[in-house]
Amino acid sequence: MFSLESLTTIVHIWLNKTFQPNLALLLEFVIVGVLAITLFAVLGLVLVLMERKVAAWIQIRLGPNRVGPKGMLQSLADTVKLMMKEGLTPDGADKFLFNLAPYIVMISAMMVLAPIGFAKGFQIWDINIGVLYVSAISSVSVIGILMAGWSSNNKYSLLGAMRSGAQMVSYELSVGLSILSIIVLTGSLSLNDIVLSQQNGWWIFKAHIPALISFVIFIIAVTAETNRAPFDLSEAESELTAGFHTEYSGMKFALFFLAEYINIFIVCAIGATLFFGGWMPLHIGSWEGFNHIMDYIPSSIWFFGKTFFLIFLIKV
Amino acid sequence: MLKEELTIIIKELLPNAVIEEAGEWLNFSLEATEFKQAALQLRNFNQMPFDFLFCLTCIDWKTHFTMVYHLRSKKTNDNIVIKVKLNRDIPEIDTISDIWRTAEFHEREVFDLFGIIFLQHPDLRRLFLTDDWVGYPLRKDYDDPINMIKL
Amino acid sequence: MKTMVEEIGKTVEGDLIINVGPQHPATHGVLHLVITLNGETIKNVEPHLGYIHRSIEKMCESLSYRQFIYSTSRMDYLSAHINNHACSMVVEKALQIEVPARAQVIRVLMDELTRIASHELWWGAMAMDLGAFTPFFHAFRERETINDIMEETCGARLTMNYNVPGGVMADLHPNFVTRVKNFLKLYKLKIHEYDELVTGNIIFQNRMKGVGFLSAEDAISYGVTGPAARGSGVSCDVRKHFPYEIYEQLQFDEILETAGDSFARYMVRLREMNESIKIIEQLIDMIPEGDFQAKTKAVLKLPKGEFFQSVETARGELGVYIVSEGGTTPYRIKFRSPGFSNLSALNHMATGEKLGDLIASMGTLDLVIPDIDR
Repeated sequence: MFSLESLTTIVHIWLNKTFQPNLALLLEFVIVGVLAITLFAVLGLVLVLMERKVAAWIQIRLGPNRVGPKGMLQSLADTVKLMMKEGLTPDGADKFLFNLAPYIVMISAMMVLAPIGFAKGFQIWDINIGVLYVSAISSVSVIGILMAGWSSNNKYSLLGAMRSGAQMVSYELSVGLSILSIIVLTGSLSLNDIVLSQQNGWWIFKAHIPALISFVIFIIAVTAETNRAPFDLSEAESELTAGFHTEYSGMKFALFFLAEYINIFIVCAIGATLFFGGWMPLHIGSWEGFNHIMDYIPSSIWFFGKTFFLIFLIKV
Repeated sequence: MLKEELTIIIKELLPNAVIEEAGEWLNFSLEATEFKQAALQLRNFNQMPFDFLFCLTCIDWKTHFTMVYHLRSKKTNDNIVIKVKLNRDIPEIDTISDIWRTAEFHEREVFDLFGIIFLQHPDLRRLFLTDDWVGYPLRKDYDDPINMIKL
Repeated sequence: MKTMVEEIGKTVEGDLIINVGPQHPATHGVLHLVITLNGETIKNVEPHLGYIHRSIEKMCESLSYRQFIYSTSRMDYLSAHINNHACSMVVEKALQIEVPARAQVIRVLMDELTRIASHELWWGAMAMDLGAFTPFFHAFRERETINDIMEETCGARLTMNYNVPGGVMADLHPNFVTRVKNFLKLYKLKIHEYDELVTGNIIFQNRMKGVGFLSAEDAISYGVTGPAARGSGVSCDVRKHFPYEIYEQLQFDEILETAGDSFARYMVRLREMNESIKIIEQLIDMIPEGDFQAKTKAVLKLPKGEFFQSVETARGELGVYIVSEGGTTPYRIKFRSPGFSNLSALNHMATGEKLGDLIASMGTLDLVIPDIDR
């Protein structure tokens, strides 16, 4: 049956057969890196288009419909536009920090990807403190945002960055606590163990009220952490023009923009893993026949389906 | 309230006021020196406090300025108009921005466009025009050959 | 005379001065606020005006009594028709022109349509200020219908220029009645969405309630009029207190709220739209036949004297004050614009609150910048 696990195993064995082990490991790093960046690029394009189309539907208008079939290539065109634009650095800015900030935000978003299981046996790094790692690294991005706000030498940016910092620090607590309830139920910090523990039912169904409460808290808190409306205080379009990235333009702005969407994807992936069993198909207790039928749907589809469902939930 | 009744009341309150016959509402003029005192009296008039200053402006009569204050009593919905004649060479009058706070902006506007000095105004600066603007545009003798289009 | 630089120089150490505007998404125009902040708490709001000052008052001094009316469309462009109405009325008052009944009804109908259109734009724009983007489009759906009606009858969508001294410029378009009825139907079908989308939203309520408080005494002292003052419980509707045209014969309520905060002002405007609908419903079936314009001389000469006329625009009391020397042009014109007085209360309302609350206060004052600058 089609499975991403067999694919990775084949590649792994072939690389080790052809090259010496060290080189093979290095090549695997490169492949993973390229795949991660590709995933991000594609995700960015898809998520932006998704948001614009859904928003347009709610706002009784058409949304992008000119570039490509039904406007599918609109975000691609936007990316090209952003790349062609000049990345301005303001005169009064701290040049080094100003240029560093978008990369820190982007890199911290990329690093969180490591322990997430995309499909059965398809995981970059099965780290045994996965949950801890995720909450630790995702807090790093706040440094990038503060850096961007401070180094811009713009008062709007500074206010936006401070708000963002304060908001992230305070909502990190609620996210941590809501995650904790699942860790208590599982007894492991590893994301892989958490997925496997949901073999006979997802936590959201299995753990009744505690999981439901923590799920609601989780969804609200991560909305705040990713600075989405109605928690978009740090960007607060109407008061602070654009918050911490007021002074950014061109590709540097695009990196912030992309990082925001990646962060949404990641928190939703974490939410899907913790509460909806990650790549685990819908299993109900001891209904062997039902579980077996569900297993026919590839685990990657389960994972992405759940993640996009949560993204939809957060955005709307 | 009829204009005649109002005239009697105002005459009692402000014996120095010179009542004008014309106009839709009760018009009367005061001397610049006694204006502030009269304004306070009108504001604190128990029977009908004139608490709403709905218009404050100035007219340039080429020989002199006239400040025009439109007052309304929210209690009885009566309007009165006070006029104060000002010397064109020394256009100075007491501020009333401490009595009706809306006057702070209106007086700044009048200062900006007519050049009337409001004594004891907390923040008398130009409002619309730039700080280094020369002249007062709404005066009749103001001339700007570049920006003004005469029909 | 203090310049801006000195003013900034006198601030205390640790204060942050930010310039909101002249290019800023929340000011809806070229309003420039110099805000002194302590952390995020506002210490002082200082408006710097004049970015769109055209000196309409000076311009009017060289325009004839038929012409000057249309320069006021450019003041409060959202209630252009009501501004024109005020100017026409002051000329009619001076010349004692009897306006035909049909013209009066048409004018009031247009006034109320303008008021609804203005309030709908305000509703959408204010929700957008607070971060909700969707209401803007929903508001425009209904507003476009009104603009279409205007376009058909007046020939323009925003600056209608439909009033002339003595009546209106042209008769109603034959489609007018049916289109207005269609609009009424659409409005009643959709109005509940306004409450569902915004009013009932808990986030919205938390951002509005208790924010930008203005007491009744302060509202009077600052000369605040219109919905902004009625939210503080000050009864100031010119249509009720000094009725003009046929408002005296119409059944409608003056909306009053007593809370004095942003939410009260919001509710006043929202409910005022329903009152305007009520007025339109009363008039739409009984537009009298007859002339739409009184016979007037080609060149109007106002008698010597002073004339004042107030009307209730969507933002408050607009007063037109004309000093005539008996010629064909006014000697002096003063527009008492509602936005100008309303703005003066902003500092009082916002001081001591957070920066985000300023946006709510400013949104519910419904500032239109050309109306302030003139």
